[in-house]
Amino acid sequence: MVETVIVPLIMIVTVLAAVLVTVMYIVLLERKVQAWVQVRLGPMRVGPHGILQPLADVLKLFIKEDITPARADKWVFTVAPIIVLVPALIAFAVIPFASGLSLFGMDIPGRIADVNVGLLYIISVAGIGIYGIILGGWSSNSKYPLLASLRSSAQLISYEIAVTMTLVTVIMLSGTLSMVGIVDAQLAKGWWFAFMQPVAFGIFFIGGLAETNRAPFDLPEAEQELVAGFHTEYSGMRFAFFFLAEYANMIVVSSVATTLFLGGWLAPFPNVPALSFLGLVPGWAWFMLKTFGFLYVFLWVRATLPRYRYDQLMRLGWKWLIPLAILNVVVTGLLKVLV
Amino acid sequence: MVEAAAFYILAALILGFAALVITAKSTVHSVLFLVADFLCVAALYVTLRAPFLAVIQVMVYAGGIVVLYLFVVMLVNLKRPPEAHSDPRRLSRLGVVMAGAVLAQLIAIFAVGWAKPSAVEGTLSEQNVEQIGRALYTDYLIPFELASFLLLVAMIGAIILSKREL
Amino acid sequence: MITTTHYMVLSAALFTLGVVGVMVRRNVIIVLMSIELMLNAVNINLIAFSHQLQNVVGQVFAVFIIVVAAAEAAVGLGIILAFYRNKETVNIDEMNLLRW
Repeated sequence: MVETVIVPLIMIVTVLAAVLVTVMYIVLLERKVQAWVQVRLGPMRVGPHGILQPLADVLKLFIKEDITPARADKWVFTVAPIIVLVPALIAFAVIPFASGLSLFGMDIPGRIADVNVGLLYIISVAGIGIYGIILGGWSSNSKYPLLASLRSSAQLISYEIAVTMTLVTVIMLSGTLSMVGIVDAQLAKGWWFAFMQPVAFGIFFIGGLAETNRAPFDLPEAEQELVAGFHTEYSGMRFAFFFLAEYANMIVVSSVATTLFLGGWLAPFPNVPALSFLGLVPGWAWFMLKTFGFLYVFLWVRATLPRYRYDQLMRLGWKWLIPLAILNVVVTGLLKVLV
Repeated sequence: MVEAAAFYILAALILGFAALVITAKSTVHSVLFLVADFLCVAALYVTLRAPFLAVIQVMVYAGGIVVLYLFVVMLVNLKRPPEAHSDPRRLSRLGVVMAGAVLAQLIAIFAVGWAKPSAVEGTLSEQNVEQIGRALYTDYLIPFELASFLLLVAMIGAIILSKREL
Repeated sequence: MITTTHYMVLSAALFTLGVVGVMVRRNVIIVLMSIELMLNAVNINLIAFSHQLQNVVGQVFAVFIIVVAAAEAAVGLGIILAFYRNKETVNIDEMNLLRW
């Protein structure tokens, strides 16, 4: 009873709390990083060096007035932010943070659930998140959000194909769809999959930028183009949900990249005995380090690269990334058979 | 006990959402109820120890096919007044026919007893994905290739049908 | 105790709802969605039997049905769009001329 119900429940609460706190601080980190890149300081007033800024933001969003446009479709307008946020959070159910912990004499597994089809589960819930964007734009009954939501969802479903193809190569290398199994396969082969599949890693990174509507693929929510994109008409807590969902999606993409390509909770070169002192750092610390590294690159790219025009974006997705990803699958298959 | 509760709740949700699909006034609401229906069916597959089918249902059906429906609904959702909800004469004629059909189906299920428990004929291993993959690539290779061909043809057909000028 | 008969009854009910949707509604998109409901009912039946007989063939067949449903939805919606471009209607009662 304790093992099957209480431990997972505590883990779920812990993971959700950790994700929400991380999301708030990623927002602050983004503003700080962009500021430092632009040779200024970013938020500095609230708390020392702006540390308490996220609390101020959350408080502001809570107490803002909740406006519903006059002829908006009320039910769909209310449900859209929920449809965007929930898939972003439930994707954390299968991500392995560590190989296992021993607390209070019990063996606590390093993940909430180890499903046989873990990777497909993440892809499928990512597909559900698209509905929130389409419905958010459509239910606002207003021009700019509708255009932005259609553009954004077309972008998402285009890049989803390329990303799924790269995951196919990872599955070919690891032989299993379970996330824990993929990390174990990286341990068995001795190499992180990022080194064995650099093309797939690159495509996954670009696709991840596009899937989370981040620069340079953030045309659907750029202020200069479409006011605020599909969440123009949302205010207060509903906007907070969209905001949370975008950053939670970023963390999901980073965690999946870490698990699939960067070895999850493994130290670098895990099978080399000379480097076994790296094993002193616990698995979950390696995981967090790698995830934050990946997230930092997201922030870095946003501060550096200019935005893609929409037709350039679609052309990149369909004419470059998808053929490249399929070619990668074919080459990987050939190498597996011949080598 | 938990299994029974899960089945009854999911069955109620599935039938409820399906009824809402066919009776909702706004087409977009119908599409949303269809998505909810498919998600509940996927949950039902999980209780039936078919996790691969469950994620395929969510990925392909709920996350692919119904998005297509939503796009088309938005493209044709227009200035014309919405269609009259349904034809009353058709409804009453249909009601009698349908009630008879359902009655016949249920009698068939219970009387002929097709669902009698039989001797276990095969093995469903824990490695659901591996088993399905093996079956698809050995015993059912030809249907698999035909299915991929069908998808290719459907894709080309859909592209040609929706071009403005050939 | 949930037997396969429970799943068969659920599948029959869902199939009937799908047929009612096809026959009563006049919006052709709702008709197509009701067809998807019918295909889902068949899938539930197949998976239930696969579970009872402990054989994976039922699930393989269900995968093929999902593939066919995807292809049919794509082409069907393409036809609706092509028709809509010509006649501005999605009412199935008004789609009654081969040429006009």
